Amino acid sequence: MTPLLQIEGLTKAYPGVVANDAVSLDVGAGEIHALLGENGAGKSTLVKMIFGLVRPDAGTMRLLPPDGGDKSLAPPGGGAMPLAARDHAPASPQAARAAGIGMVFQHFSLFDAMDVAENVALGMSDPPPIRTLAPRIAAISRDYGLPLDPARRVGDLSAGERQRVEIVRALLGRPRLLIMDEPTSVLTPQEAAILFATLRQLRSEGVSILYISHKLEEIRALCDRATVLREGRVVATTRPAGDSAARLAELMVGHRIEAPARPAAAAGDVALKVEGLSLAPAHAFGTALRDVSLALRRGEVLGIGGVAGNGQEELFAALSGERTTPRGTIRLGGRDLSREGPAARRRAGLSSAPEERLGHAAAPDMSLTENALVTAADRARLVRRGFVDWAAARAFAEGVIARFDVRTPGAGSTARALSGGNLQKYVIGREIVQDPDVLVVSQPTWGVDAAAAAQIRRALLDLAARGAGIVVISQDLDELIEVSTRFAALTAGRLSRPRDTAGLTTGRIGLMLGGAGDMEAAHAS
Amino acid sequence: MDLSAISPALLVASLMVAATPLLLAALGELVVERAGVLNLGVEGMMICGAICGFAAAVATGSPALGFAAAAAGGAALSLLFALLTQVLLSNQVATGLALTLFGLGLSSLLGQGYVGIKPPATARLDLGPLSDVPFLGRALLSHDPVVYLALALTLAVGLVLSRTRAGRSLRAVGENHDAAHALGLHVVAIRTGAIAFGGAMAGMGGAYLSLVRVPQWTEGMTAGAGWIALAIVVFASWRAGRVLLGAYLFGGVTVLQLNLQAAGAAIPVEVLSMSPYIATIVVLVAMSSRRRRATAPASLGATFHATG
Repeated sequence: MTPLLQIEGLTKAYPGVVANDAVSLDVGAGEIHALLGENGAGKSTLVKMIFGLVRPDAGTMRLLPPDGGDKSLAPPGGGAMPLAARDHAPASPQAARAAGIGMVFQHFSLFDAMDVAENVALGMSDPPPIRTLAPRIAAISRDYGLPLDPARRVGDLSAGERQRVEIVRALLGRPRLLIMDEPTSVLTPQEAAILFATLRQLRSEGVSILYISHKLEEIRALCDRATVLREGRVVATTRPAGDSAARLAELMVGHRIEAPARPAAAAGDVALKVEGLSLAPAHAFGTALRDVSLALRRGEVLGIGGVAGNGQEELFAALSGERTTPRGTIRLGGRDLSREGPAARRRAGLSSAPEERLGHAAAPDMSLTENALVTAADRARLVRRGFVDWAAARAFAEGVIARFDVRTPGAGSTARALSGGNLQKYVIGREIVQDPDVLVVSQPTWGVDAAAAAQIRRALLDLAARGAGIVVISQDLDELIEVSTRFAALTAGRLSRPRDTAGLTTGRIGLMLGGAGDMEAAHAS
Repeated sequence: MDLSAISPALLVASLMVAATPLLLAALGELVVERAGVLNLGVEGMMICGAICGFAAAVATGSPALGFAAAAAGGAALSLLFALLTQVLLSNQVATGLALTLFGLGLSSLLGQGYVGIKPPATARLDLGPLSDVPFLGRALLSHDPVVYLALALTLAVGLVLSRTRAGRSLRAVGENHDAAHALGLHVVAIRTGAIAFGGAMAGMGGAYLSLVRVPQWTEGMTAGAGWIALAIVVFASWRAGRVLLGAYLFGGVTVLQLNLQAAGAAIPVEVLSMSPYIATIVVLVAMSSRRRRATAPASLGATFHATG
C-alpha cells in the first residue's frame, strides 16, 4: 500500500550545522509513527518542513491526495491503477493545512489574551464566524473527549486545556496527517492517558499521526513504528513495541546510558524548614502558594512534582529569595532567611538554580566567566576589596567547565553560544562547586538531552551524598522517581505531605497530582 | 472673575475641536500598538502631516486634498520607521525617538515658505435646520467633517479590532508574534500595514491643527500633542472607546482652563496650564488600575525575526 507521506533525501542546512541530512521516512495511512531523537537531532526541522514553515534545501516529499489518486494522471483505458502521490512542497502552513496536515506545537502557539474560539479561528485557513465556530468546537471536543469551553480566555486555562485548544484547532481542519511535537511534556500521566485514547481514536478513523517525543515508554505503548534521528540522520526505523526502552535510548544517544543510583534514605539533621508559607501569585496567570510546609534533611533529595502553573514559579521564587516572605516561614539550620534576598541566602548556604537557563540563570550575552561572578562572587571569593578578581573568576569558570564536562571552546564563550544541555550543566555546576548546604533546582533537565540529563542528575546525587539537602522542582515524574528520596506533589499552590519515593509509581503520583478528574469523567461517558 | 462669559455650547464645541487631533493620532497609535509595535514617532508624524496638509491645502485651495496629503505624508514617514524596525530590525524605541526628531526638522525645512500664510477655510458640515437646534446644534452639530470622521473612525477601529478576521489577525500578531508566524500569518506585512495606518492617522491629526484648530503654520506647532496621544493609548488600556474618552477629557480640560484664564480666575496660570495633563492622567490611571489584568499587547515593542 502506498504510504500517505513519503519523504526522500530531505536535507536542510543552517550556517554551521546540517539540521537534516538526507532524511528519508514514510508514514502509512492510519499509522502512529514516532519520530525519536535527542534535542538537536533535527526532529523539529523535519516537521517544520512538512508543515511549510521551513523550505528544504534538497529532497522530495510526496503526499497521497485525499481522493486516493490524481484522476488526471490515470492512464487511458482506466482500470485499476497505482495510487499516485503528489509532490508536497508547501510554501506556508496554510498550504500544508490545505493539503491535509495539522500540527500541534510543543511550545503552544496560543494567544493568552484571546478566548478559545478566537484562538481556534486564527489557526484555520478559512474560519467561519465565531458564532458558528463555537458550537463546532464544543461538538468536536465532546466527540474526542477533550472538554473545552469556547468562550474562556486561553490565559486562564491549564497546560492540559491549552493543549486541547491546539488539538481541536488541528482537528477542525480535518487533517489526514497530524503532527504532534512533544505533546506529553506538560501533562500529568492521567492527562497523557486521555490524550493517548484520543490519538488511538483518530488512528481508528484513518488519521495518520507523526508523534515526536523522547519519552521512550510512551512511544513503546502508543506508536506502530518509530524513526530514530541522530545528528540529523536517520539511524534506525523500528517497531518500538518490540524493542526495549534501553535499546531505543541507545539508538537515540549512540551509546549506553547508565542511570545513577538513588541514594539510600539518609536521616541527617533538618537543614531547611519551611513553615506556613503563603504567597500571592507573581503575575495575573500565576498561582498563589497556600500554607506550604516542608522539612528537608541533610543528604536527602526532596522531589516536588506537579503540572506547570500550580505554584512552582512562586515556590522557587520564595525559596531562592527572589521574593521575600513573612518572617519565620523559611529557616536554614535555625536561621530565619525569610526576609533575605538571593545573595544573602547564598552566603548563608542556600543556593538555587532556576528553570530558565538563558535570561534567568545566566545572562545570555555575558561570558561564562562573567556569569560565574553573578552567583559565585561571595562564596567563591571572586571579589577582593570591591574589585573583581578576574583571574580567580576565570579559574572558577574553567573549574566548573572541566568538572561538569561542559562542551564549550572556553570560559570566554557567551552563555548564549552554549547548547541547552551544556549551559544547564554549567549553571547547576556553578552552584554545586560553591558547596551549598541546600540547593534548590527547578526543572534541572528540561529540554536537555538524555546524556547531559544523566550527568546532571548524577551531580545532584553526588552533592546529596556529601551531606547537602536538595529540592528538585520538576514536571518530569520519571526524573523525580529516579533522583528523589521523598516526593511531594504541588497542586493549586498546596504541597502534599512528602512520601518516600521508593515504591511510588507514576500512576500513583499522577493521582497525588490530581486535576484530571473532569477529563476522566468525559472519557467514561 | 466672570464665569458668565463662558458659554457651555461654545465650550463643548471647542472641546470637540481641541480633542480631534489627539483622537486621530491616538487611534492610529492604538492600532500600531495592538499589532505589537511601539512607534514613539507620533509627534514627528503629526508635525509632518501638519505641514504636508498645510502646503497641499494652500497649493490646491482644497482642505480635503490637504488632509489627504497629510495622511500620505504621515504614512510615508511611518513607512521609513517600518523599513527600519521591521525589515532592518532596528530598536523600536530608539527609531521612534529619532523619527520624532527627524519629523520636527523636516517639517521646519518644508514649512519655511509657509509662515504667516492663511490656509483655505475648512467648510463646516451643513446640516440645515439641525444646526439651528438650540445648544445641540451649536455644540455638536456645526463642526467640520473631520470631527465626525474621527468619531466614525473610533467606532470603526473598535469594531474591526474586536469583530473581524483582519482585526483578530492583527491582535494575534501583537499578542504573540512567534505563534502568529507559526500559524502562517505574515507578521511583518501586518505590522507594516498597521504602522502605515498609524502614520496616516497621525498625519491627519497634525493637519487638523494647522488647517482647522490654529489655523496657520508655525514651527513645532504640535507642541507635544503626539506625546499626549501616546500616553492616552497606554492609559486607555489599548481600547478604542477609552481613547475617545481620554482625548475628549484632555480636550475638555484644555478648553476649560483656557476659558478660565480668559475669565481671570484666581488660579495661577501655570496650574491651569498643567491641569489637562493631570486630569487626563488621574482619570485614566484610575480606570486602568481597576482591572488588575495586564492589558498591554504581549509582544509590544519586541523585534520579530523569523527563524529558518
